[in-house]
Amino acid sequence: MVAPALSFQSVLRRFGEVTAVTALTMEVPVGSITVLLGPNGAGKTTTVRLATGALRTDAGAVRVHGLDPVADGEAVRQRCGVVPPKPAMYDRLTGRQNLGFAADLYGIDRGRIAASAARFGIGHALDQTVGGYSTGMRTRLALARAFLHDPDVLLLDEPTAGLDPESVRDVLTLITELASAGRSILMCTHLLHEAEGIADQLALMVGGTVRALGHPRTLADRYLGHPLVLIDAEDRGALGAVAAHPGVRNTRWDGALEVELETLGALPDLVAALVAGGVRLTRVEPKTTRLADLYFEMQRVHGGEG
Amino acid sequence: MRSDLGQLFKSRDYWGPLVVIAALFFVVIPAVGLSTVTRVRSSDFVTRMNDLLDTLPGSIQAGALGETPTARAAYVLAVYLLAPIAVVVPLTVSSAVGAHAIVGERERGTGEFLAHAPVSIHEIYVGKLIAALIPGYAATFGGFAVYALVVNVVAGPSLGGWFFPTAGWWMLIAWVLPPFLAVALAIIVWVSGRMRSTAASQQAASLVSLPVILLAYGVAGGVVANPTRWGLVIGATAWAIAAAALVAGATAFDRERLLGFGD
Repeated sequence: MVAPALSFQSVLRRFGEVTAVTALTMEVPVGSITVLLGPNGAGKTTTVRLATGALRTDAGAVRVHGLDPVADGEAVRQRCGVVPPKPAMYDRLTGRQNLGFAADLYGIDRGRIAASAARFGIGHALDQTVGGYSTGMRTRLALARAFLHDPDVLLLDEPTAGLDPESVRDVLTLITELASAGRSILMCTHLLHEAEGIADQLALMVGGTVRALGHPRTLADRYLGHPLVLIDAEDRGALGAVAAHPGVRNTRWDGALEVELETLGALPDLVAALVAGGVRLTRVEPKTTRLADLYFEMQRVHGGEG
Repeated sequence: MRSDLGQLFKSRDYWGPLVVIAALFFVVIPAVGLSTVTRVRSSDFVTRMNDLLDTLPGSIQAGALGETPTARAAYVLAVYLLAPIAVVVPLTVSSAVGAHAIVGERERGTGEFLAHAPVSIHEIYVGKLIAALIPGYAATFGGFAVYALVVNVVAGPSLGGWFFPTAGWWMLIAWVLPPFLAVALAIIVWVSGRMRSTAASQQAASLVSLPVILLAYGVAGGVVANPTRWGLVIGATAWAIAAAALVAGATAFDRERLLGFGD
């Protein structure tokens, strides 16, 4: 069995009287994208900091590819690439000098700088002083810095903050490609549309702990109930019989007929029956679960537990 | 360390005033003072300097070069009375840099990057210390060289040629001053890790460095006057204290300080 890239077991971290993270148990499988969702103050950034050993746990265990971030800190941090929530740089240095400093810290060849910068579309500004960069340029440079040493584990805390839509798309595409290439990614965000479609695993963090964890589909089944399908026909009156069909739980009109099924497995029989009954169907479309729906439902269920 | 020095080098608004201070202490004050003695030949000033010399220990009186009261006054001024300036400038420079060391990283947000970097906390601490020490030592040795040039050019003709630096000054610059700098910086970097803002850190650094400056100021005269006896003892003591302060500072420094947490 392959050890997870990241593992948190019953982790507790306090700052004085404030409990930032408590009973945090979660694993990030190798080569997957785990999206950590949660409102501000949920403990997402603390979780990232615990992963690299930048913060120590008060209790529980954190492992990165089996290594303890405190005892084996340098080895862990060498394998991690972090994009912090604020893309901070040395403003009086150029982009190249900032990346050069990072290359020296990570013990890698400065020859990688140009390629990493080009990957994030910041190559043209490498010789400009970072103080003159826009927010988007700083974020791109922060991404180039995080990816510079080709880390196994990427800890991305709001990685697309300040980017324009094209850049957001590029970054999300790159994240997906990196996961396909075996990199393990923990991405914190409260921008639900970003996580939509890229997450292999969703974790809802509320009050310092993960309240819900799983594949988006699994969570959708758990929190949003039964699948919905939109059906329409040339003669809408002919769809009146759908409600009585086996496997159909409920129907309502919402532009088209929204049909709540026991399972998606009931759909082929329903369509076959309608067609056999002479109904000319113009639309049969399983309604895609939006992450926002799922998030707010999970929040509704668990939000008061923090 | 390199990032700190790179930032510093590019911060004209930061090092500009420090250069002015160094120029004032190492060039302007000695040049004006010595010119007053040797060129203007202010009899009142020369008389007072010679009166002062009469109050100093016999070893200093015996060591004062110069055949005339003017020459002796110039020698006393250059060698003994201006010695403490060599202490003020480097300590000021280093404390200004040191005050930014940790809290500056935190305020910029670059402390987060360092906290996640694959280097030990002791490497970061040592890097911060060295980054603050280098400008201080550069100011010390650079200022020392300039000062030597100024006093030799201005007062040398009255004293029969180049007479500076003396053994006491070598002892002060090479043996006594470095540990004083290290002690001050160990404390200032420790303070910097605990402050919430650079402004607060600078205030605290001033308070911390002031007694060190006063102490160093006090011993500087003694070392210059009696390098063999005082210089060796004071330097050795200061090095021991510096070593203890650096070890204590390194032990107290923590990765979480870079993120603004700790204690």
